[in-house]
Amino acid sequence: MTRILRQRIGPLLLGSAFAIGAVAVSTAKAEELRIGYLAPTTGIFAQVGKDMVDGFKMYLDDHKNKLGGADVKFIVEDTVGKPDTAVTKAKKLILQDKVHMIMGGLLASAGYALAPVSTAEKVVYVNPVAAADDLTQRDFAKYPLHVRTGWSSSQPSHPFGQWACDQGYKKIVAIGADYAFGYEVIGGFQRAFEACGGQIIQKIWPPLGTKDFGPYIPTIKANADAILTLMVGPMSLQFPKQLKSAGNKKPVLGGGTSYDEFVLPAMGDEVVGHVSALQYSAAINTPKNAAFVKSYRTKFGKVPSYYSETNYTTAQMIDEVIKKNNGKFPGAEAFVKQLAAVKVDAVRGPVTLDEMRNPVQNVYIKKVEKKKMHGYTKDELWNTVIKTYPNVNQFGQFKKDEFLKTPVYSRDFPPCKFCN
Amino acid sequence: MLKSQTMKVLAVVVALAAIAIIVPNTNSFLILLATRALAFSILVMSLDILLGYTGLASMGQAAYLGVGAYLTAILASKYQFGLGFDFWIVMLLGVLLGAALAAVFGLLAIRASGVYFLMITLALGQCVWGLAYRWNSLTGGDNGINLRQRPKFGIDLANEVTFFYLVFFCFAVSLLLMYTLVRSPFGRSLTGIRERELRMQILGYNTWLHKYIAFIIAGGFGGLSGVLWAHTAGIVSPENVVLTTSVDALLMAVLGGAGTLVGGVIGTVIVFGLREYLSTLVPWWQYVLGGVYVLTILYLPTGLMGIPERIRQWRGADTEKPAEAKKLAPVTS
Repeated sequence: MTRILRQRIGPLLLGSAFAIGAVAVSTAKAEELRIGYLAPTTGIFAQVGKDMVDGFKMYLDDHKNKLGGADVKFIVEDTVGKPDTAVTKAKKLILQDKVHMIMGGLLASAGYALAPVSTAEKVVYVNPVAAADDLTQRDFAKYPLHVRTGWSSSQPSHPFGQWACDQGYKKIVAIGADYAFGYEVIGGFQRAFEACGGQIIQKIWPPLGTKDFGPYIPTIKANADAILTLMVGPMSLQFPKQLKSAGNKKPVLGGGTSYDEFVLPAMGDEVVGHVSALQYSAAINTPKNAAFVKSYRTKFGKVPSYYSETNYTTAQMIDEVIKKNNGKFPGAEAFVKQLAAVKVDAVRGPVTLDEMRNPVQNVYIKKVEKKKMHGYTKDELWNTVIKTYPNVNQFGQFKKDEFLKTPVYSRDFPPCKFCN
Repeated sequence: MLKSQTMKVLAVVVALAAIAIIVPNTNSFLILLATRALAFSILVMSLDILLGYTGLASMGQAAYLGVGAYLTAILASKYQFGLGFDFWIVMLLGVLLGAALAAVFGLLAIRASGVYFLMITLALGQCVWGLAYRWNSLTGGDNGINLRQRPKFGIDLANEVTFFYLVFFCFAVSLLLMYTLVRSPFGRSLTGIRERELRMQILGYNTWLHKYIAFIIAGGFGGLSGVLWAHTAGIVSPENVVLTTSVDALLMAVLGGAGTLVGGVIGTVIVFGLREYLSTLVPWWQYVLGGVYVLTILYLPTGLMGIPERIRQWRGADTEKPAEAKKLAPVTS
């Protein structure tokens, strides 16, 4: 008897799961705002995905699960970090759950995969994280229902490149993850840095997800003044450790995700003194941010990262729009128009959206320091803000038309004129 | 023996008919899942020819799916080719390209066997991944290539149901062709090679050539699967050729039952169902999938298709006991 049971349990469980699933029909209630969220909740980016969801959930919890007066049905689907899983789950949210908008997507590849789905299915895509430049630049016209509330990859890099010149750096080696995000962060820096007299003398591209940088670190040229790194996910944790063990003494600059708070608590003294640029730091010294950090930490047990903050602020922006519509979803086009016109005083500072629906916001140059902040009694690693560039848009100090005439940042653009 | 074979064929035909009739009447998401499962199961069946019938465990089949998919995507996005009646030409090209790649890789891989074959196919699969990832100008690198529209040739494949029927048709044709192959004398020789290669060699068969041809055929079907996959998913990226995809195919083939073509399909449906359907209902779907794998390996090493055989064995053991009891009784009295 038990043997048959054991043989049958697997298929039986399956059968019942199918039966339950096929029969369960989702009934949509009126006056309910249905939001479908796509994030990697499993896989190597699971911690980042969790931060994304937690940030949005915290705003919902603080506001009794209502945005602008409407009850929110918040459905999270796992993309496992793969673009075609993201597309499948997005279609499920749109076709089966009938969501009013899809949100999320972490990697540039996910962003480029979800935006066409939004256009094809005529559903709003609110994008708080996926920073791929062209979504709001050269491909802007292809995605009329896409609104970005986070940042574009090269946005912080433009002022950062200028800052590097001001510090007196002349030759910099760049090493970054081999995908669109890496090319855009480093490309933006290179454009700005070379425009004020600096030189990028080498570009190294380890694949996304690399954990052993042994083949790459020894090739870094010795005559560089500084190293610029762009690391994401587990790479952010491994690279500084391996760089230090290799005996590096040069100053290290990084893209925003290299030292973001999603990984900073797990890092050690090897990152003290490293400088990066992003539109958020948990160490921003305003009362609003201090309250946000303390509240988030009490709730989720860790300091909020920019992933948490951008989702919290996006919830805030959606709240504003729905409030204006008395708790009703005004239809896809009207929603996009109104969201693009929102101005908020967010945790990260003032945020508005430009005419291509990308944020205009502060960029903070931040340095990793070990100290006490926000009234906590222990010495911890914080990204102290050392300079603020206000009102930075996605084109930075460059003119929009000239910028758009050049190709998108890639492995080969800007060309490495000084690599020989 | 012949009768049970006819019964099996009949059962498969009925199941196919059931799928063709039931699925289009469910909701869009289930149709999408069914289309994905059918497109991928062509790859798994091609792997089953290698694994179940020839005894070669290949861990690089995703490479053929990849070349078929990338071919379709590149032709569609860069050259606007393959979006009308020329879609059938693209399908043919996909098969040929998959077969050609297998012909090249086979020269390197077939000389080995067992674990070494596994390792070589793994390495070759990774080569394809590396190309897909780094050859940015051709493949778009990590971003992948978006296929903006589906082909239109008298019928509009953008319609989910129409596309489902197309994929179903290709699946049915592939199944029929592969079935004919494994039941043919060539297919029987492959089974012989799986059982005892040395004996086949002694009997005069050129086993290397047999294995090589099987490898090429599997590659061709992999290419076909890739062409369909590209249009099903709408996006082709290096994730399609990563090692995990090859391992997935292998696991699906083993789960369903290696050595039975239909087993591969069952394995695919179960894994896809769990991964993409159950995952939307509960967060602990991975435990269920893991549980199914473990239970199958422990109690059904021949896969889920081995269940009828196990039942027959169990039933057979029971009928013996009463006969023995009858024998003993006269002695004691």
